[in-house]
Amino acid sequence: MTGTFVGMPAFPEAARAALGDTQLRHNLAHATKTIRDKRARVVAEVEDWEELRIAGAAVKEAALRDLATHLEQLEASLVAGGATVHWARDAAEACEIVAQVARSHGVDEVVKVKSMATQEIGLNEVLEAEGIAAWETDLAELIVQLGDDLPSHILVPAIHRNRAEIREIFRRRMADVGRPAPDDLTDEPAVLAAAARAHLREKFLRAKVGVSGANFAVAETGTLVVVESEGNGRMCLTLPEVLVSVVGIEKVVPTWRDLDPLLRLLPRSSTGERMNPYTSTWTGVTPGDGPQEVHVVLLDNGRTNALADDVGRQALRCIRCSACLNVCPVYERVGGHAYGSVYPGPIGAILNPLLNGVSDEQTASLPYASSLCGACFEVCPVLIDIPSVLVDLRAQVVDSHRGDTVPKPEAAAMKAAAWTFSDSRRLGWAETASGLAGRVLGRFGRTTLPGGRRAAGRLPGPASAWTSARDLPAPPAESFRAWWKRTDGGRR
Amino acid sequence: MRVALLVTCINDAMYPDTGKAVVTLLRRLGVEVDFPTAQTCCAQPMVNTGYLDEAVPVVRTFVDAFAGYDAIVTPSGSCAGSARHQHSIVARRSGDPGLVAAVAETGPRTYELSEFLVDVLGVTDVGAYFPHRVTYHPTCHSLRMLGVGDRPRQLLEKVRGLTLVDLPQAEECCGFGGTFAVKNADTSVAMGSDKARHVRETGAEMVAAGDNSCLMHIGGLLSRERSGVRTVHLAEILAATEDTESRSGGPAVGARAGDLA
Repeated sequence: MTGTFVGMPAFPEAARAALGDTQLRHNLAHATKTIRDKRARVVAEVEDWEELRIAGAAVKEAALRDLATHLEQLEASLVAGGATVHWARDAAEACEIVAQVARSHGVDEVVKVKSMATQEIGLNEVLEAEGIAAWETDLAELIVQLGDDLPSHILVPAIHRNRAEIREIFRRRMADVGRPAPDDLTDEPAVLAAAARAHLREKFLRAKVGVSGANFAVAETGTLVVVESEGNGRMCLTLPEVLVSVVGIEKVVPTWRDLDPLLRLLPRSSTGERMNPYTSTWTGVTPGDGPQEVHVVLLDNGRTNALADDVGRQALRCIRCSACLNVCPVYERVGGHAYGSVYPGPIGAILNPLLNGVSDEQTASLPYASSLCGACFEVCPVLIDIPSVLVDLRAQVVDSHRGDTVPKPEAAAMKAAAWTFSDSRRLGWAETASGLAGRVLGRFGRTTLPGGRRAAGRLPGPASAWTSARDLPAPPAESFRAWWKRTDGGRR
Repeated sequence: MRVALLVTCINDAMYPDTGKAVVTLLRRLGVEVDFPTAQTCCAQPMVNTGYLDEAVPVVRTFVDAFAGYDAIVTPSGSCAGSARHQHSIVARRSGDPGLVAAVAETGPRTYELSEFLVDVLGVTDVGAYFPHRVTYHPTCHSLRMLGVGDRPRQLLEKVRGLTLVDLPQAEECCGFGGTFAVKNADTSVAMGSDKARHVRETGAEMVAAGDNSCLMHIGGLLSRERSGVRTVHLAEILAATEDTESRSGGPAVGARAGDLA
């Protein structure tokens, strides 16, 4: 059982609900600050970090520029290595391919390496409907799965949970799906990890089919790469007889040499480690060693749409480190669920609209889920200019509504503002009017800002969005423009 | 050098004292600043909300108003960032090569106030006197879009009488974000409340910044919380002298440092 993001409300509404959860805000503030500080420390150690970021971005950009060629080379190398390559246009095709592999071996369960691509396509739900249990083996994914919950972070999907909640989930649910949690389970991290380890070991040893994603796919040799911290991935990649890997087409890099900057950038940006504990690479089938049947599903699912977007295509450089989530002041306060996708945070706010378009209201709300503070761009290891992509996507949202028969109030307001700002005389008239309003407020208003200036207290209508929590200074009786004219720039 | 003041729409309509402070300050430093009256707005509200077509005539008004000036000085990191980094997007959208060429002229000549003072005029001691306990919030666009770095701090450190107190988590966004403040009001207020709390933790009388838009948001929260902490624009601190401070009779706002009339 897992939850679903389908039917989530638009971001502002989902955020409001999340903001009311004080425990969630506490958990998030603590966790993001911890990872943020760790990242900052290990990044500061690297003297040529900026050069490394440029190199990482260049590697990914070069791969994307000639994506078709690299993908064809990847396919040829994989086939030469004994793997079976499948191409999937969308989520449904990809899920069906994985399900078919599982069916062909008559299994009712698979073990999974933590993978964003399989989350994106909703693989677990499809397999479940076919009577095949997909066991998540990453500790945080296990917590999410056992809790019938949704991931809220790319790297640490259970970041919204605290230790006490995790203990409770293990106690309540582990017995339903395998080895129960021990009776004396405490909320000590090491004790919780030991319980998960014992629970998962049975599944590792039993499963015939493993499912993974890949962090990178090297075209020249047909090698897939998975980086991880816990070793669960290594188990899934080596113990089962059959391995299916779902790989986004943007994961391809031409050569092993290209991995150099990326493997240095990823762990420091992601977990705040100098190097990740496990880096697994495999090239098709190695006789007598590891899975003897290897499938690779190359997944589009909107990636070619993103590739065709001049501004947005840089999002395909993303290596899923989640540094942008950890520094985002919006993410820190509302958490990942409010984004309504397995890709939350700043990268999710651009990736979801790029992959899926902006026709539904929930996705169209995501480019606005940012104050454009730029903290994400500052930490991105592959230099994705997220604020610029957000602004461009906002324009796409607005443009998609230009044909509306009844324009939104916002569109009418922006048209009016543009009219006012297109001619300084019109702006002068507007300021005269606001000055009069200011005088009225000054006379009748009872709110005074610290320092003495009159202010508007709570106002009705659209202005309440501002004034329900914030005072608003009363407009001054005289604008700067009027003052300049009256005093000849202060000379009179 | 012909220098124009880009006062910005929000200062024009809501914070005229900040504009007056820039005029006072620059005149004191020997710079005769002009106010091209044809100016309106930098178009950022439209651009950042996605209304690029609507932004085109506004950017056109901008380049017409500021054509021919050697430097365009503005008491706003955000509006300077808009002119430098976003006008080209709007110009490309217009399909008008004339506008593309025009924004390529005005964009690079637009300076946020602290940049103009430190980089163009080469001063950090502007002769200001401001006997108050102040904390400084570096606004996101000045910090990350323009990269003003520690220029505002260099200027504040030379102000006589001023006690500068460090703001905890200073570089985190206050949550204003333009139309974000109303489109995602709850999140904006949650971010702003944390910023206001950090401001109050410093024990400062005032919080200063280079953008009145952010200060309107932070100050609105500080006011609603009845904190007694007021906001002040960097320009108003730098324009203040012994003379204006004695006239203002203490830390009251309104017609003070920038009041020439």
